Parts: sequence; C-alpha cells; structure tokens
Amino acid sequence: MIPEIGLFALILALLIAVLQSAIPIAGATRNNPSWIGVARPAAFAQLLFVAISYGCLTAAFLSHDFSVVYVAQNSNSRLPLIYLISGVWGAHEGSLLLWALTLALWTAAVAWFSKSVPDRMVARVLGVMGIVSVGFLLFILFTSNPFERQFPAPLDGRDLNPLLQDPGLAIHPPMLYMGYVGFSVAFAFAIAALLGGRLDSAWARWSRPWTLAAWIFLTAGIALGSWWAYYELGWGGWWFWDPVENASFMPWMVGTALIHSLAATEKRGVFKAWTVLLAVFAFSLSLLGTFLVRSGVLTSVHAFATDPARGLFILIFLAVVVGGSLALYAWRAPAVKSSGGFNLVSREAGLLLNNVLLVVAAATVLLGTLYPLMIDALGLGKISVGPPYFNSVFIPLTAPLAALVGVGSMLRWKKDRLGRLVQPLGLPFALAVLLGLLWPVFFDSYQWVAVFGGILGLWTIFAVLSGIWQRTRVGQRRRDLAQTPRAVFGMSLAHIGLGVFVIGITFTSTYSVEKDLRMAPGDTYTTGGFTFRFDGIDQHRGPNYLSETGTITVIKSGRLAATLNPEKRTYLVQQMPMTEAAIDAGLTRDLYVALGEPLDDGGSWAVRLYLKPYVRWIWLGALIMAFGGLLSASDRRYRKFTREAANRAVSDASHATF
Amino acid sequence: MKPRRRQRLLLVGLLVAGVTVAVGLALLALQENINLFFSPSQVVAGEAPANTPFRLGGMVVEGSVRRSDGSLEIQFELTDTAKSVAVAYTGILPDLFREGQGIVAQGSLRTDGLFNATQVLAKHDETYMPPEVTEALEKAKAMGVQ
Repeated sequence: MIPEIGLFALILALLIAVLQSAIPIAGATRNNPSWIGVARPAAFAQLLFVAISYGCLTAAFLSHDFSVVYVAQNSNSRLPLIYLISGVWGAHEGSLLLWALTLALWTAAVAWFSKSVPDRMVARVLGVMGIVSVGFLLFILFTSNPFERQFPAPLDGRDLNPLLQDPGLAIHPPMLYMGYVGFSVAFAFAIAALLGGRLDSAWARWSRPWTLAAWIFLTAGIALGSWWAYYELGWGGWWFWDPVENASFMPWMVGTALIHSLAATEKRGVFKAWTVLLAVFAFSLSLLGTFLVRSGVLTSVHAFATDPARGLFILIFLAVVVGGSLALYAWRAPAVKSSGGFNLVSREAGLLLNNVLLVVAAATVLLGTLYPLMIDALGLGKISVGPPYFNSVFIPLTAPLAALVGVGSMLRWKKDRLGRLVQPLGLPFALAVLLGLLWPVFFDSYQWVAVFGGILGLWTIFAVLSGIWQRTRVGQRRRDLAQTPRAVFGMSLAHIGLGVFVIGITFTSTYSVEKDLRMAPGDTYTTGGFTFRFDGIDQHRGPNYLSETGTITVIKSGRLAATLNPEKRTYLVQQMPMTEAAIDAGLTRDLYVALGEPLDDGGSWAVRLYLKPYVRWIWLGALIMAFGGLLSASDRRYRKFTREAANRAVSDASHATF
Repeated sequence: MKPRRRQRLLLVGLLVAGVTVAVGLALLALQENINLFFSPSQVVAGEAPANTPFRLGGMVVEGSVRRSDGSLEIQFELTDTAKSVAVAYTGILPDLFREGQGIVAQGSLRTDGLFNATQVLAKHDETYMPPEVTEALEKAKAMGVQ
C-alpha cells in the first residue's frame, strides 16, 4: 500500500509542477495578480507531495518491503539502519527521486525567502523551476519508477552495493545534488530576467546568495567525494579525472565563474549578458553531469547499468533546456546593455580574466570528457582520454588563476594603477618566495615543482591577508576590521582555501611514496623515516560481511607512530570483496595501508603502503573555500530589504566591497 | 583611435591570444594522450600497434590466472570468446578482478605477443560490464556466426 501512495504522490507532484510552470508565467506576462499568486502555494504543495513520495520509498526500505523491485535490488534484511536510509539514493531510481526532492526543496526555499523580490519576478522564477521539475518527474515516472512491484516478492534483498556502505558516501550524493540542483535557482533567475526583459543589478543581487549557496554545497560535495574515493577505493588517489568526477567539476568551475561575474554585474552593471549565459551553462552542465552518470555511456566507477531509453530522455531534456534558453537568450540579449565602461587595469578586468580562465579550463575538461563519446558516435573507434591530458592542459590554465587571485581581489573598480599595488604586495611576495624556497628542505629531495607550488600557494594566502590589512588604517585597525563587511572576509577565506589547496596538491603529487609489496608476517619496509611492519591477519565478522583484518605497526625513530588495521571484507549477499584501507591521518602526512590478496599458505599478503604528505590540505582547502562561501552568503546586505537598494545605481567605485 | 577604444582592443586581443594558446595546448595534449581500445581478436589479427599504450578489454579466462612465487607478478588471459591474449601485470589487482569478469587493461603489447599491463580496471558492480567489452563480445559473437 505504501509504495502505491508514493507513486500516487509523485503523479500529483507532476500535476502540480505543470500548474506551477504554466499559470504563474502566463500570469506574469499578463500581469494577472491571482495567476501570479499561484506560484508560491504550488511550490509548497509540490514539496509536500515529493516529500511524501520520498518518505514512502524510505518506509519501504525500513520495512524491508522486497516486493518493491528497487528495494529488493538495493537492500537486505541485515543492512544497518543508516544504510537503509542512505540506500534510498544508492542506485538510479532513488537518486533521481532525491534529485526531484532537492529541486522541490530549493523551489520552496525560493518561495519562502523571496519576500523582498517583486511578485512577478518570483512567479517567473518558480515557473521556470516548475518546468525543470516537470521534466524530471516525467523522467522518473516514464523510465525509472522506484515503486515498481514484483510478485512473488523475494525472501531477501540483493543488498546495497558494498562500496556504498560507507558514511562518506551516505552524505556525498545529497551534498552534490544540493549543489547541482541549486544552480537551477541561478538558472531560473536568469531565464526569468530574460522573460521579463529586465536585466539589472537587482537581478544580480537576488541571484547572488542562491548561487553562492549552491556553490557551497557543490564544493563540499566534491570534496567529500574526493575524500571518499581516497579512503574507500583503496588506491589512495584523490582525483582520477574520471568522467563522472569531471561531470561534477565542470559545473563547479562555471559556477565559480558565475559567482565572480555576478559580483561585477551587481556592483558595476557590466557583463550582464555574459552572466546570464554563465547561469545557463552552469545548470546545463549539471544536467549534462546527470546525463553522463545516468545514461551509462561512460566507463566509470560510478556508472550504472545501461538503459538507452533513459539516456535518450535526458539528452532530449538537455536539448530542450539548453536550446530553449539559448534561443530566448538570442532573442532577448541584444536588448541588454552593460552600463559602465572600465579600464584595462581594474577589478572588472581582473574578474573578466578570472572568468575567461575558468571557462576555458572548464571547456578543456568538457572536450576531454566528451571527445571519446564523439569519436565513438562517429564510428571512429573506442578511445579514452587519460589523466595526462587533463594534467597537461588544466595546470597551465589554472596556475595563472591562482597567481592572480591576490592581485585581482585588491584592485579597485573601474580604474586602478598596478604601481599602487607594489607596496602592499611586495612583502607578501618576498615572504612567499622565501618560505617557498625553504619548505622542500624538509623533504627527502629538493624538487623545483614543490618550490613553485609552495610559492604559488603561500603567495595567494599572504596576498589575501595583506588585502585585509590594507582595509584598515593606522590607529583604528580594530574598528576598521569590525566594520569590514562579512562578505569581504568570506571572499578572503575562500581565496586562502585556494592557496591551501594548491599547496596540498603540489606536495602530495610531488612527494607521495607508493609501494605495492609482498609481505610475510614480520616483514618490514622503510620509507621516509617510517618503518612499516606486517604482523599478520585475523578473522572478524561484521553485521553483513566477513573480514580479514591485518595489523601493520608503523615505527618512527624507535617510537610507535601508528597501528593500522586494514581490512579485506567479503560481503555475504553479493559475495563481493571490498578493500577497507587503514589510514593514520595527520596535518603534514597520511600513512595509508591497504590489503591486496593472500599470496600463499604461509600468511604472505600483497600489501599496499603509501606515504602521502600534506594530502589533508587538499580537502582542508576545499572546506575553507566552502566556509568562505558560507560567510559571504550570510552577509547582512542579502538579508536586508533589498528592493529599493537594488534600484539604486551603485557607483561606489573607490571603496571596493565584494 | 580613442584611448579607451585602444585599451578595449588590447583587452580583446589578449583574450583571443590566451584562448588560442589554450585551445592549441588542449589539442596537442589530446593528440598525445589518447588511448585506443582494442579487442583480443583485433590484437591477434595484428591491428594493435606495438610499443604504443592502448586499452585491451575482455573477460578473464577461467583457470588462466597464475601468480608467480616471490613477487607480485601475475599472468592471465583475456578473451572476447573468439580469440584470447595473454596479459602480464605486476601489483595489486582491483577487488572485483576475478575469473569470468569483464575487465579493461591499460598497457602495451610486447614483441612476443604478451600484453604488458600497467593498470587493470574492474568495475564495482558485479552486473556491470564495461561498454567497450560488451561491444567486443558482441562483435566476436557475430563473427563466429558467419
């Protein structure tokens, strides 16, 4: 009964979504207040029904209702509670339902928090989000119904993929989806502005906190995914340039560009048409990501079994969204005029450069991701594009970006002189070079790549700190600091996070030690001052798996540094082996040990030993970025009543605020 | 020309130059880092290049996996049901590597016909088959019928 209620609720949600997209948009065009008034209640009603549907699927998991095909395939009576809850989004159908729920949540949030935005605008925004929702609900109902029944019901389920039975992966998809789907808000605002023909700084101001919120989730989601891959896949890598990773990274890059260009649009009224285009691209790339993951056209860790009908549906949906918005853009954009001009040396120019670099970098990733698909579609053979392509293209494009962050964020709007920046940036630069030259001395070998990366990261951090210092005046530094808007601290923190991230990837990729060994009990291996001793294997039993647990003792200068217990699990239902790596985490190094397989009867095992310097800084940097975004989004001025403030021309060129 | 217009021209010029460099870089890198995919039948027919890395995909032949004593070297055969190729690999295999499983190996062909794998990929889903492997199997089946 409960699954049928879920399906019924989903159909009702679809009907409401149709109303939510048709009536308010028509009402906004005719300026009919009662039609416009439909938007908000429809948004809340849609959330209610999608939530009911989602709740029903969760209930089916919790009650082990194996007559539901999806539950039978992704659950088991011995599955722990947390994975019964997270198992709902463990495979295709359920994760799409989560997508729809996330969209309904964002829609309701816009309806709730947009009291200061004119009703016509809100009606259009919610209408556009309704259209997106119609597309996804149709997709679920026609190609991927999670409530499908089977009779007779199997006695037990096939269990959740063991790879997904992990706390990191339990939170990673919802985070990522909040980010992906969050860009639908920026998209809806852009389309609504095009529909209304009113692209002004007010539109940019309304759109900014939403875009930031989506960006924060996406940043955290990608970082979580990278961290999960690091410890769960057992290879010790943190980024593989896997097509599915790229699928989440491309919207992130374009979204980052969008945040920056929105700042210029809001403050100076420039780049309007470009900003709209970025909003369209960011959301289109999110959809493309969903298509790449769900259609099964790619060979990837994350790919699910193929169903061509699904891929075709998303492809058509993508074509409608991208084609429709670009057509609307072509029709309306010529009427959009950017107001202010700016100098070659100005914050606008800096933001433009940032945008160009980010978008070009995203385009090269897109090229590398889609190239194999194009070649295959043309019948020219099966190829794959490996990490060397991405590394050799991506790093030369993004290193200048990191180098210019400090300079760009200190430039004034409209017109500035580079000479003015020599004095505040001289000391940070000297300090970065000095420390950057010294840092690699603490490693086994002196590598110039590490020097370069270290200087780059430190320079970013110091330049940003100097930027904050510059905002204060002698004698009243404390007071000036207290008056600095929170958004400035948010921006600075996010840029510091970038610096930390750069240092992390440089040192990890330069100084990691990776060793696959054959070890018998008592064998030792020494690297980087650490001695790893293999002490043998014990058997354990988990709730739904058997485990062979190894003990590896790590000794540094005669003292115990860590005792690591890597596992080799066999999940009973699917008879699937899983490697659980053991990690001793530290701020400056991770000790990483994973078990391969038993090699003979004498207790010898294949063992993987890694020493990963500064690997934590990668995720730490990403978290700092996300936290910076949070600080920015909570700035007071977004919470203020902004209607009249937005109409005011912003001409405060000398005192740059972000 | 007005100074402002000249500056704007300079800006546009810089952007165009930057994008051109980036595109050139991307195409160059793409040319050097593409891995072609071949099936065992194609390799046996001599279609695969020697000494250039490519991807080989197929099913691990039952009973063909042999480990050498004292090291992490392993040998096995990959088949598309029509032909098979011997593969050598040193290191730790992925969890889902087992006999009968569809896998993709990255590496290059030695002159004696042995495929030297630098990386072995098996997917984390027991029902999942890499699309390349599925297609290679179907092709081999179709050839067998004729």
